[in-house]
Amino acid sequence: MSMDADLVTKKFKVIGTRVARPDGVDKVTGRARFGADASLPGQLIALVLRSPHPHAIIKKIDTSKAEKLSGVKAIITSADLPDYTEGDRGLLDILENCMARHKVYYDGHAVAAVAAIDVTTARAALKLIKVDYQILPHVTHVDDALKADSPLLHTHIVTEGVSPEATKPSNYNKFAEYGHGDIELGFREADVIIEKSYKTEQTHQGYIEPHSCLASVSPDGAAEMWVCTQGHFVYRNQCAKLLGLDANKLRVTASEIGGGFGGKTHIWAEPLALALSRKANRPVKLTMSREEVFRCTGPTSATSIDVKIGAKKDGTVTAAFAELRYTSGCFPSNWAEFGAMTAWACYDFKNVKSVSKDAVSNRPKTAAYRAPSAPMAAFAIENTMDEIAKAIGMDPLELRIKNAAKEGTKSSYGPVYGPIGIGPTLQAAKDHPHMKAPLAPNTGRGVACGFWFNFGGQTCVDLNVTPDGTTTVAVGTMDVGGSRASLALAVAEELGVEYKDVRVIVADTSSLGHNDMTDGSRGTFSSSMAAIFAARNAITVMRQKAAKTWEIPLEDVIWEDGHAKAKGASHGNLAPMSIKEIAAIAGSTGGPIAGHAEIVADNAGVSFGTHIADCHVDPETGQSRITRYTVIQDAGKAMHPSYVEGQYQGGAAQGIGWALNEEYVYGANGRLQNPAFLDYRIPVCSDLPFIDTQILEIPNPHHPYGVRGVGETGIVPPLAAVSIAVTNATGVRMTHIPMSPPRVLKAIKTHRG
Amino acid sequence: MSIEVHLWGALRPLVGGALSVSVEANTIRELFRVLTNDYPGMEPHIKRGVAVAINGQIYRDQLDTILPANAEIYLMPRVPGG
Repeated sequence: MSMDADLVTKKFKVIGTRVARPDGVDKVTGRARFGADASLPGQLIALVLRSPHPHAIIKKIDTSKAEKLSGVKAIITSADLPDYTEGDRGLLDILENCMARHKVYYDGHAVAAVAAIDVTTARAALKLIKVDYQILPHVTHVDDALKADSPLLHTHIVTEGVSPEATKPSNYNKFAEYGHGDIELGFREADVIIEKSYKTEQTHQGYIEPHSCLASVSPDGAAEMWVCTQGHFVYRNQCAKLLGLDANKLRVTASEIGGGFGGKTHIWAEPLALALSRKANRPVKLTMSREEVFRCTGPTSATSIDVKIGAKKDGTVTAAFAELRYTSGCFPSNWAEFGAMTAWACYDFKNVKSVSKDAVSNRPKTAAYRAPSAPMAAFAIENTMDEIAKAIGMDPLELRIKNAAKEGTKSSYGPVYGPIGIGPTLQAAKDHPHMKAPLAPNTGRGVACGFWFNFGGQTCVDLNVTPDGTTTVAVGTMDVGGSRASLALAVAEELGVEYKDVRVIVADTSSLGHNDMTDGSRGTFSSSMAAIFAARNAITVMRQKAAKTWEIPLEDVIWEDGHAKAKGASHGNLAPMSIKEIAAIAGSTGGPIAGHAEIVADNAGVSFGTHIADCHVDPETGQSRITRYTVIQDAGKAMHPSYVEGQYQGGAAQGIGWALNEEYVYGANGRLQNPAFLDYRIPVCSDLPFIDTQILEIPNPHHPYGVRGVGETGIVPPLAAVSIAVTNATGVRMTHIPMSPPRVLKAIKTHRG
Repeated sequence: MSIEVHLWGALRPLVGGALSVSVEANTIRELFRVLTNDYPGMEPHIKRGVAVAINGQIYRDQLDTILPANAEIYLMPRVPGG
């Protein structure tokens, strides 16, 4: 068996081909089962009562009238969710986010939940629950939350990372700092210094499928849950802890997923469904409305960022500084810190520093959104780089190429880079025909680059060769973007069989060991590595069976093109045995053929991309429209190029929506004003041109096929690329995302005076 | 084996403001154990999740990874994904 993750130089037979996706027919015919498609006999419908206030003390909850309503089978409040977290404050925050305990922290915070025989009864019951609130002052904007006199959310948060040590509670939960060199010296050496401030508004991942789960808890304590999630093992582990269950008693099956992008890496309402089922002794289905998804799940941070860059007239950047302020919603996290880590990662600067300030506010808990925190940082940094280029009369792309990080560069977040792909993506952009295409009137072009960390993590794969010689592969890392096709390709490549002879399924939590979430662009990177190892293990088993049959030593049997072959002159007369022939004799040669792999995949390698955007701006209305868009990104090795292109296009499309339209709008009352797709405008097909892609393949030395994660980096450059394009179209620097028509029009009018 | 471990900004106040500390350790597991013993304030950070960059390669999970002599070692927060 080989568990060697090092790159193998080989000529691929099926890797890199564009085979039909295994879930395609089911998804276009409606057969695929998503979260809300699971049902059980006798199931109840759950609805959640949510706070209309952004910040309030819960003085009393009276459920007595609702409990008497015919058809109501269970009502829960925080009293039904005792604290089993044993001092784990992070886990308690998760529980408190799922159901408010003594205070509500945002508009939409859950305060009670009902399970009833139908949705009409459940809705009527919610109206009968009376909650007595003591309303508190609230804060929703990050710069306000950081002020000393801001309404205080939590008394246990004191600022971490500051010196001298903070002693008083505040909303400012964390300070961090990255960089090297002497920026003051660097700024003194600069011929030109540009300082700018930027803002980005809060956006949601905008997945089409709302959260949904079906929970069934038996009186003996065993439970099952069907749920849409990016990580059913993590959901299992967290729900079991919060419900006081042993993890092995809770079996979780992941449905197909209608988008997640980070938003389905957290639990939101699943513990409520389980608690209701336990109380009612009936299965309970809980499906969020779109309004609930916007108000009560995890959007990304709203930000406020200051950037200062100094450069010589020849384009050498002498110093760079950024202060990034992000809101984490109502529970503490370090999203600004991740922005500070990624901010300058594309560049090789002698003197560079970024500092971050994370703050809590009366907004829903922030969750990861595709390369979390990096797009906002890139927006601010790349626009300031563009300003510097204009100030010294240099082509902005040439400025980036001149200052790009390379192998041996000390990264702004600390370590020295190995081989990296930022230089090749910038050069490919420079050489791309898009850069030479003429521009129509009122149209601007923007170029920007971006960076993201990828990672691997815990992964299990279980491979079985069936008696007819076809293969099934069970994986526990959720398929959110085509990993089943890539895994089937990897197994077919290793076994030497056809793609159609390999079927991959996502197994439930009782069938495999723990698998991490599908996040961090890890799905295909880590699970294909595990699948390759599992296939190699199965090959060893099949070689053993051939050796037994031929009565020759195992060492004399090789595996080639889907066959066991005897090597050496003395065995020359033995006909190769196909996988089908070996499978047929499995029972008489020691039993079934299986291969397993349980791995931790580290060394995923960092990722870079460069985007080119053309954007037309109507000077009368301020409306912006993307007319051409190109994504260039390093994939290491594109196992299935169509899926890789899809990831690039999807990231760009989401980034374009973020850049131009998407925005959480809070009223003065702290309530979300636009929790619906009508008012929260995500781009649809008719809003976008075909997004062109260029896949670069610079192999990752730490994956057998050279694969890198590709899922997230595509969303990092668009905010910057599109805003620079709008800036070039209008002649006004765009510093506030999204560039909605009113905001662009206001900027144009202000500029004109 | 004595190694120089570079710290990110949030950890520096826990060691009196130094950019790096010298630690006797051969593996990541040993490194975390020594850091926790010598600088108790680091324990919550390590529990929350710390990645270790060894010569630019980022390790998040494999605590038995060997720390080579003269390697560049950086501690980093464990970054989430989307």
